[in-house]
Amino acid sequence: MSNPLLAARSLVKAHGSTPALRGASVDLRAGEILAVTGASGSGKSTLLHCLAGIVRPDTGTVEYAGERLDRLPEKRLSELRRTDFGVVFQFGQLIPELTAVDNVALPLLLAGTPRTAAREQAGEWLERFGVRGQEALRPGEMSGGQAQRVSLARALVTGPKVVFADEPTGALDSLAGEQAMTALIHTARESGTAVLLITHDAQVAAYADREVSLRDGVVTAEWAAGAPAEGAAGTAAEPSAEATR
Amino acid sequence: MISMSTRHILLGLLAGGPSHGYDLKRRHDERFPQARPLAYGQVYTTLQRLVRDGLAEVDGTDSDGGPERTLYRSTDDGSRELAHWAGEIAPPAPFVTNEIFAKVVVSILASADPAGYLRAQRAAHMARMRELTAVKTAPGADLASVLSADYALNHLDADLRWMNTTAARLTTLTAEVDAA
Repeated sequence: MSNPLLAARSLVKAHGSTPALRGASVDLRAGEILAVTGASGSGKSTLLHCLAGIVRPDTGTVEYAGERLDRLPEKRLSELRRTDFGVVFQFGQLIPELTAVDNVALPLLLAGTPRTAAREQAGEWLERFGVRGQEALRPGEMSGGQAQRVSLARALVTGPKVVFADEPTGALDSLAGEQAMTALIHTARESGTAVLLITHDAQVAAYADREVSLRDGVVTAEWAAGAPAEGAAGTAAEPSAEATR
Repeated sequence: MISMSTRHILLGLLAGGPSHGYDLKRRHDERFPQARPLAYGQVYTTLQRLVRDGLAEVDGTDSDGGPERTLYRSTDDGSRELAHWAGEIAPPAPFVTNEIFAKVVVSILASADPAGYLRAQRAAHMARMRELTAVKTAPGADLASVLSADYALNHLDADLRWMNTTAARLTTLTAEVDAA
C-alpha cells in the first residue's frame, strides 16, 4: 500500500486540564474519503484541527507529504493551509459582507491570482456545486444548503490535496445535506482530493471509503468499504495494530 | 387488512392499463428495485385470486408473435379497493419485533457479549449503508432506486442510533455493576 498522504501518530492534546486526544493515530491516503466518527466529546474536531495544522498536538507527530506538520513554522503552515488544504465547518463561516463569488474567489486572491481570473474560476466552482446564479448573493440572502455549497466551493477552489470537513451537513436538512455531500464527494473523486470527514451521522459516514471511530480521544475501531461484513466485524471489535501504534 | 400486499401492488400496476403476468413481474421489479423480486408463480396465483374476488378480470389475450398471454385489467371494485388500501394508515409499529433487539435482550439474559455483538452488527449495517449510498448517488440513478435506497438507509440509521444508545447504556450499567 502506498504511503499515507497524512499520518498522525499517538496524538495527545488537552484543552486546559481537559484531555481531548489521548494517543490517537490515523492515516489519510491520497484521494481517499475517510470518515471520523464518534460521540460528542470523543476528540473528533481536535483531531481534525491537529491534522489540518490549525493547532499543534502536545505530543505525537503529524506528517504531511513527508513534512512534520507539528514542527513547521507558522509561516509555512499558513502557506500549506492556503495551497494544499481546504476546510469546511458545520456553519460555513463565509464572510457575510462578500458575495458568493467573492467568498469563493478569496483563497485565489490570497494566493496571488489576478481578480478577474479569480472571479471567473470561482464562478466555475459555484457551477460545479450547483449554485450558479447565486454569484451576487451574500451569505445572509442564501439558504443554509446554498451557503454550505458555496463554502465547499471555497474549500476546493485552490485545488487542495486534502479537504477537512467538520460536520459539513450538521446544520442542514436531509435533502440539502445530501446535495452538499453528493457535490463534495463527486468533486473530490473527480479531482483526486482526499477528504477527512468528521461526522456523528451514519448516513454521512456512509459516503466514505473508510471509517475510523474515536472514543475518549483514541481510535477504537476501523472499517473499510468493500470488506466483507464478517471480516469488518472482526477488526471492528479491536483497534487495529496500525491505528493504535 | 394492512400488510405489504402483493394483491394491492399488482392492482396498482394494473391501474395504468391492462397487462399480462410477465409484464407485471418485470414492472414490479423495476418499481421496487431493492425488494425481493416477485416469483412468476406468485404473480399468476395472485392474479387468479383477484379475478375470483372480482377485483380484476381477463381482458383477452395477446400473442405479439410469441406464445399467447392472458391480459388482465382492474375492475371498478379493484380501483376502489386500491384507493382504500393506499389511503389507509399503517399501524405505527404496533409490536416491537426485531431480530437485533431480540439478540441483544437474549445476550443480556444469557450473560453473553451484547456489546461485542452490537459492534459486529454496526459494521455490517455501515457496510450496507455504504452500498446503498453508492446506489443512490450513482450518476443517472432512477427515482425508484433513490427512493428505495433512502427508505433502507433511514431504517438502517434508526437501527444504528438504537444500537449506539444501547451500547452506551450497557457501558454505564457495567461500570455501575463493577463499582458496586
